[in-house]
Amino acid sequence: MCIGIPGRIIKIDGRMATVDVGGAMRNIALDLIEDASPGDYIIAHAGFAIHKVDEEEAIKTLNMIREITGSVEDYDAAF
Amino acid sequence: MKHVDEYRDSALARVLVDGIRQVADRPFKFMEVCGSHTVAIFKSGIRDLLPRNISLISGPGCPVCVTSVEDIDKAAAIAGMDGVVLATFGDMVRVPGSRVSLQKAKADGADVRVVYSPFDALKLAQSDPSRKVVFLAAGFETTSPAVAATLGRAIEAGVKNFLLLSVHKTIPGAMRALLDTPELGLDGFICPGHVSTIIGTAPYRFIADEYRRAAVVSGFEPLDILQSTLMLIEQIREGRPSVEIQYRRAVSEEGNPVARGVLGRYFEASDANWRGIGVIPGSGLKLKTEYAAYDAERVLDIKIGESRETRGCICGMVLKGIKNPPECRLFGKACTPETPVGACMVSFEGSCAAYYKYGAR
Amino acid sequence: MMRELIEELFLPALKGECACLGSDDSAVLSLAEFSGGRLALTTDTYVVSPVFFPGGNIGDLAVNGTVNDLSMAGARPLYLTAGFVVEEGFPVADLAKILDSMKKAADRADVMIVAGDTKVVEHGKADGIFINTAGAGMVPAGLDITARGLKPGDVLIVSGTIGDHGMAVLSKREGLDFESDIKSDSAPLNGLVADMIAAGDINALRDPTRGGLASTLVEFASESGVGIVIDESSLPVREPVRGACEILGLDPLYVANEGKLVASVPRAAAKTVLAAMRKNAVGRESTIIGEVVAEPAGKVLMKTIIGGTRLVDMLSGEQLPRIC
Repeated sequence: MCIGIPGRIIKIDGRMATVDVGGAMRNIALDLIEDASPGDYIIAHAGFAIHKVDEEEAIKTLNMIREITGSVEDYDAAF
Repeated sequence: MKHVDEYRDSALARVLVDGIRQVADRPFKFMEVCGSHTVAIFKSGIRDLLPRNISLISGPGCPVCVTSVEDIDKAAAIAGMDGVVLATFGDMVRVPGSRVSLQKAKADGADVRVVYSPFDALKLAQSDPSRKVVFLAAGFETTSPAVAATLGRAIEAGVKNFLLLSVHKTIPGAMRALLDTPELGLDGFICPGHVSTIIGTAPYRFIADEYRRAAVVSGFEPLDILQSTLMLIEQIREGRPSVEIQYRRAVSEEGNPVARGVLGRYFEASDANWRGIGVIPGSGLKLKTEYAAYDAERVLDIKIGESRETRGCICGMVLKGIKNPPECRLFGKACTPETPVGACMVSFEGSCAAYYKYGAR
Repeated sequence: MMRELIEELFLPALKGECACLGSDDSAVLSLAEFSGGRLALTTDTYVVSPVFFPGGNIGDLAVNGTVNDLSMAGARPLYLTAGFVVEEGFPVADLAKILDSMKKAADRADVMIVAGDTKVVEHGKADGIFINTAGAGMVPAGLDITARGLKPGDVLIVSGTIGDHGMAVLSKREGLDFESDIKSDSAPLNGLVADMIAAGDINALRDPTRGGLASTLVEFASESGVGIVIDESSLPVREPVRGACEILGLDPLYVANEGKLVASVPRAAAKTVLAAMRKNAVGRESTIIGEVVAEPAGKVLMKTIIGGTRLVDMLSGEQLPRIC
């Protein structure tokens, strides 16, 4: 029901951030999250960041899928 | 795109599907509550890949679809008032009311604007203080904090011409109503990802504790949904119904307390009328009394006639997952995406529209 | 006022080599050199909002669009007419800019604007400016290209990335604005079509404008009574277009293009046609996206990225940005 798109914070100006989604830039409000900094990935919904993407968990999830699929190589942060 | 493309790998998808096939030793019926999941499932062709004994059925998780006829009638009445601009999210404008949709009201001269963010509606209000901008606020827990934060900014900036018509709804109550529908026979839920980003997992605990059904909070990419399906089957096979999170990169057990704090400052629970389902106690959000000055229902004199839902439309049963869209006698005949009768055909992610568009089996 | 507008702005801006755009009420043209061919005629009205967008404006769009409509019938576009409906108060400087880009677009496509008409309407009766262009071209004898010519065994080629025009326009719409380097792909396709015809057999052509690639493919399938299978992973979409579509919840498959074509080409000719397309500047990113099959007739299927299959349907109504 709720489209949320991961994008990278390029810069922060007060409570607004410029967020890069595949090269399209949108101003996203930061009222709903704490401790965001440039470089962070956030999930944006309806013009607001609702979550900071947890990079460690992202890697763990992918590794878990790889484990199920029997692939041994680790999915590291280098992607 | 990072955090997107990794989850669209065809080789991994194939192995996950094989994994599902190996453990799916009996029919399983899961509901994806969230409309964005429905769209992702259809768009990626997951239904076509899964073994036939796994059925994924679509739930009521499209805020556009569940907006009641009465609420659309109110919005259309507001849009027709002098000196008023009605702003709302894209596909709300096509939802049929008793007489007109907002799109039709616009064609008849009402000032209806489509915005991407409630923030854009606030900007409209600031750019033209001579007119009232009413934001038709639809959406579940993902969206309502954004609306609350926007209201906070309006108050802070001393904007007086920004009003809300809140038709917000909350999800867990609707899921309980579904579990209380015995003919549905669900084995578990693919729980909404971004709603859970805000509310965390505690509100779903009753699913496992009281109803002994499986629940997994899932992401929206194909690998996310396949992995979640596998996790659901494993919960059931191992006899340990619980609430698990597959979508860990965006969801934690505690959710987003900052967002809930902002929401709680301005809104409180109310009963809500779900299109096709009826009133679910405590499943809506209304502005608190101290913010009455921003509440369109209290500020404006909204007059509507008697609202009525379309006869013959089985949206209610489709939203509850009891019937599939093609079982409706209007489906694909009187009711198409071009001339929607029921709300499920209106939104891109409505079950009927998704079935129609992607030619579901 | 109107007289001045025409004499001081329109005529100098649009007049080409040919002396026919003038004060006479009709352009009188010779088609003698095309004996044996057939005349192709088309007309289209442009109401794009905003009028100026990254990569173009309503003026070059109106020229390219009509040039392309002629080109899709295999015609060599020759002459255009232009009708303008201008809202009172529309800045003259903007009008001059639009006319200038029309002239440049006509020169680029090697066509002449030979007749024109202008009406100024009261404020509020139009949205800035509307332009109608009609076009005439000649189809060489023996050439028969339609949207109904698809045959099982054909391959489908798209001449470059999809969704650029629609997202460029949307990026400037009030309430949806986002920054990107997305530019409209507005371009004349007659040169590309000429190169393709010279290279090999073409069974069908169409430019996927409103409704995007999906709508064109569905029209292809239903008009030719064939099935189409496309491969999702082969669809060329520029990264920022994808990003912007993700933000707004849109599908690039349904987003408008103004400088792209889809061709259905016999498999045997595919390689040479594709090579010829890639040599042309507007077809550099041409690529094969799928094939034509006998069954299911009238339907378009997509092999998804993860290996599933689904139906591709026509767009119903305008694609609206969605939160959900």
